[in-house]
Amino acid sequence: MACLRLHDVTLGYDRHPAVHHLSGEVPSGTLLAVVGPNGAGKSTLFRGIVGLLKPLAGTIAIDGGKPRDIAYLPQLADIDRSFPISVFDFVGMGLLRRTGLFGRIGARDRDAIEHVLGQVGLTGFEARAIGTLSGGQMQRMLFARLMLQDARVIVLDEPFNAIDAKTSADLLALVRNWHAEGRTVLAALHDIDLVRANFPQTLLLAREPVGWGPTGEVLTADNLAIARRMCEAFDDAAAACAADLPPAHAA
Amino acid sequence: MLYDTLIGPFAEFEFMRRALAGVLTLALGGAPVGVFLMLRRMSLVGDAMAHAILPGAAIGFLLSGLNLIAMTVGGLVAGFAVALLAGLVARVTELKEDASLATFYLFSLALGVTIVSIRGTNIDLLHVLFGNVLALDDPTLIAIAINATVTMLLLALIYRPLVMECVDPLFLRSVSRAGAPAHLVFLALVVINLVNGFHALGTLLAVGLMVLPAGIARFWTRDVSAMIVIAVVSALVAGYAGLVVSFFTRVPPGPAIILAAALIYLVSLLFGPVRGLLRQAFPGRHLEA
Repeated sequence: MACLRLHDVTLGYDRHPAVHHLSGEVPSGTLLAVVGPNGAGKSTLFRGIVGLLKPLAGTIAIDGGKPRDIAYLPQLADIDRSFPISVFDFVGMGLLRRTGLFGRIGARDRDAIEHVLGQVGLTGFEARAIGTLSGGQMQRMLFARLMLQDARVIVLDEPFNAIDAKTSADLLALVRNWHAEGRTVLAALHDIDLVRANFPQTLLLAREPVGWGPTGEVLTADNLAIARRMCEAFDDAAAACAADLPPAHAA
Repeated sequence: MLYDTLIGPFAEFEFMRRALAGVLTLALGGAPVGVFLMLRRMSLVGDAMAHAILPGAAIGFLLSGLNLIAMTVGGLVAGFAVALLAGLVARVTELKEDASLATFYLFSLALGVTIVSIRGTNIDLLHVLFGNVLALDDPTLIAIAINATVTMLLLALIYRPLVMECVDPLFLRSVSRAGAPAHLVFLALVVINLVNGFHALGTLLAVGLMVLPAGIARFWTRDVSAMIVIAVVSALVAGYAGLVVSFFTRVPPGPAIILAAALIYLVSLLFGPVRGLLRQAFPGRHLEA
């Protein structure tokens, strides 16, 4: 069963494509790595999938859900770390879709928050202000909030950047758990060895898709070389993309 | 003696009782809004908005003289117009909120002063610029009370999305549509409370009872709810103390209230437990873990 359907999707900024003509399906329960050089369009693709960026062309369909049902961990979180809020309350934000704007956070919800804090190894940090956390603890906290969202589809944008080995191993174990629970997980990653060892499916992206399928078949030396040659610069003088034009000789 | 100083003025004179009621109501609505202004780093935005309400109030003044209800409605309309336009321009275009707001409020302030000078006297201009808390009539007091009540109710309604929008706007956007409406309602609350402060403190000091108490609270706690309580209490104390001082001296009430708040701020800055200056100078020995 397909869970995420991309049909000829082009995403970009000011008409310049950052992801160009991407089509494909992500079956439910897939653990998919999205790999590619910086500027390949990984973050842009994710922003499109979670509904923060409208496609320039094509459609993104999520079966039985809306973009807001997806749990999304952005690469550059726009978090005001000086805001006076405790770790417990911050993680509690993950309940928003369930409780709504006014719903009470009851004993069961509190237990749920304690539970996810325990799973990411932050038990005892409940009352700490978020500004006092280290980078790794911050990432653990964001994972806890993500888990509280209890989403069927989870999108992680470079979740293991600037994180030490112990923390990324812990967090990776959580990702594998989600996969085992049947959730669909998409993660943008740079560590090819980590992808080979843990992600059955891979999309190799370099603005255009270079390969999409079983990791072993996609991450070949040839494909990686192609991806690396991708031209990053936008061309302001570029003509409108011809692929979007109707065929001239159409009857 | 103590009675004569602290309670006497209010027991004896009705205008002092009215002023006190006005200032206390003002504090209840304004201080919580001020806390969020501070947390969103919008304190100066509040100041800019205070100037933006001037033309509306001035038009109200032109149409019906020193009628505070007319000036309130005018101020609300002008303030909402500027807040919404600035907010919309910031959301839709590349221009950030501060730049778009600066444009609108400068235009608004110039327009306001022009309107008042065309028709009014210097005394009118003084009243508009500095307010007159000692001349609050019944309708004005009721208007202030309604505004404060609306503020507290609305703030309670948008509390959750407002906090989230402050701490992690991208997350709120990815799970809910409530961010933009909450932001706009909050801007509206800022305007409502500025118009409130406008009567008592004038367009130049209206934002004082919002911004200063919030700054004070930051030095005493790291918790948002506690911060709101402390801000309200310090606004109440400053309002009361300012009126008393003003009664026994020649200091006008508006500046006296703000000076009282500034004094509390200074004490907090020095002695506050959360990164107050003294605490930073003498932090004590470091802990084991």
